[in-house]
Amino acid sequence: MELDDLKELIELLKETDITELTIEKDGTKVKVKRQKFLAPLEIPVQKPQQASPEHILAESEDDTQRLVTITSPIVGTFYRSPTPDAAAFVEVGAQVSKGQVLCIVEAMKLMNEIESDVDGIVTKILIENGQPVEYGEPLFLIEPL
Amino acid sequence: MKLFKKILIANRGEIAIRIIRACKELGIKTVAVYSDIDRESLHLRLADESVCIGPASANQSYLNIPAILSAAEITDADAIHPGYGFLSENYHFAEACQTSGITFIGPSAENIRLGGDKAKARHTMRRKGVPVVSGSDGPVPDEETAIKIAKKIGFPIVLKASAGGGGHGMKIVKEEKDLEQALYMAQREALTAFGNSEIYIEEYIPEMRHIEVQILADNKGNTIHLNERDCSIQRRHQKLIEESPSPITKTEKFKKRIGELGVKAARAIKYRNVGTVEFIVDSKGNMYFIEINTRIQVEHPVTEAVTGIDIIKEQIKLAAGLPLEYKQSHIKSSGHAIECRINAEDPDRFIPSSGLITHLSLPGGPGVRVDTALYSGYVVPSQYDSLIAKLIAHGKDRTEAIMKMKCALDEFIIEGIKTTIPFHKKVLDNQDFIDGNFDTHFVEKTNSIGHINK
Repeated sequence: MELDDLKELIELLKETDITELTIEKDGTKVKVKRQKFLAPLEIPVQKPQQASPEHILAESEDDTQRLVTITSPIVGTFYRSPTPDAAAFVEVGAQVSKGQVLCIVEAMKLMNEIESDVDGIVTKILIENGQPVEYGEPLFLIEPL
Repeated sequence: MKLFKKILIANRGEIAIRIIRACKELGIKTVAVYSDIDRESLHLRLADESVCIGPASANQSYLNIPAILSAAEITDADAIHPGYGFLSENYHFAEACQTSGITFIGPSAENIRLGGDKAKARHTMRRKGVPVVSGSDGPVPDEETAIKIAKKIGFPIVLKASAGGGGHGMKIVKEEKDLEQALYMAQREALTAFGNSEIYIEEYIPEMRHIEVQILADNKGNTIHLNERDCSIQRRHQKLIEESPSPITKTEKFKKRIGELGVKAARAIKYRNVGTVEFIVDSKGNMYFIEINTRIQVEHPVTEAVTGIDIIKEQIKLAAGLPLEYKQSHIKSSGHAIECRINAEDPDRFIPSSGLITHLSLPGGPGVRVDTALYSGYVVPSQYDSLIAKLIAHGKDRTEAIMKMKCALDEFIIEGIKTTIPFHKKVLDNQDFIDGNFDTHFVEKTNSIGHINK
């Protein structure tokens, strides 16, 4: 898929209520997502210019239910690495095991290590480094192995 | 001295809304905290920011000191208002706020600590010349001493838990032969309920009325009172109806005397900010200090009605270090106000009732105030206190206040759960209540299960 196609796809997304759009073509899969709110949709969209038939699907968010959400057990500030200079505990795509430290939530000068509940691959990091989080706030999406 | 920029309200329900309102009027930003199951609560929606602090259990949420302090940290709140109940009288919390550089809106940690030790508070007051009921000087060290003191005072006596309060953990002992067993039970119950088995003894006053005095004090020690409230209509030591002035306040002299005693008691322990001094008054009009409540109270609206002073706003200003802007001579009591506490309980048996509010209609009109966090479609949870609304009626005299309250109760429609509105209607129709002829046994006397007979 060309960059221009991708740009058009994003524009298409913005013009509608669609929150997520996935296109599969010739073995390439592109998923474009607007925001993290869940909104199950099924709207088939035809892109007129392409000669070969394409199948553009708006993917239902129900797919993410197979993913495990790691939530914060406490109120505090989210940090991705043990110290400001160190590397992040995990990046997207990292394989983690149950009990492995994913991040720190700092509360009142105490660093609380947050561990993964499952073996899996980190699919999404939902909070930015240094952002405040509340009890129950989703932090990571992990695809269990 | 400047007011705070942002206050975190460490509470829920109607009092959280009350505090948010006062903050808004003062131009102060607000942070609400809530437990997982309080996600649909009204107080979150009225605050500028909100933070989920834990699951449903109060211990892990509204009583969770690290979670609340952390919430204050991430939102940059410079003060915390604890409301009533929960952490409002927890001196560890007050100290922890101080250590974190956050102002605790209330008295000093030391005031709270002393207020929470009922035996010590009594002892201190007695030393400072505030009359107390005859009794032990501090907790009774053993059974022998207990018997000696009890015989000296004369039976019946009351055993009270030093770490208790609000009437919890009280035992009335009528005869000497019952004392040993009662003391043992009281100690065990106190240990379980309050983590402290200390028991002190007081003379039992029959026909006593519970009359309390509202106190305001600034950091320099300027202390005034906002007159008295009568809270004698209680069931199992839980207040149901409060009013100001007290129906037994027949003279300015009485009013002045109890108010000044309240100030004397507050000064005796260098009390700061807002609090209430509780007295019992016997049938001869003798006043005895019982305890000091080191927080804002549920029934504060009754005093607000008759004095015209916004006590929560004053509390915030005092906590910010502003001097008291009123002198005692400025405080006037006008008319008569009554408050009915509406609980989510069966009106006959007082069994808690939780669930979906299917319809809500609030009363209104001049002199009628409703403090509530209810809305149509709200689900009243079962995990917390059953108080769901406070209805306050203010009239030019007690007769008008009673009439207003009756009309307001008729207008107040809450459907979907059981409430104590019918109970209040019966009390207001009761001749003894109308005559002002009641003491703390009123509810139990009228019927063995608290059911009021017309």
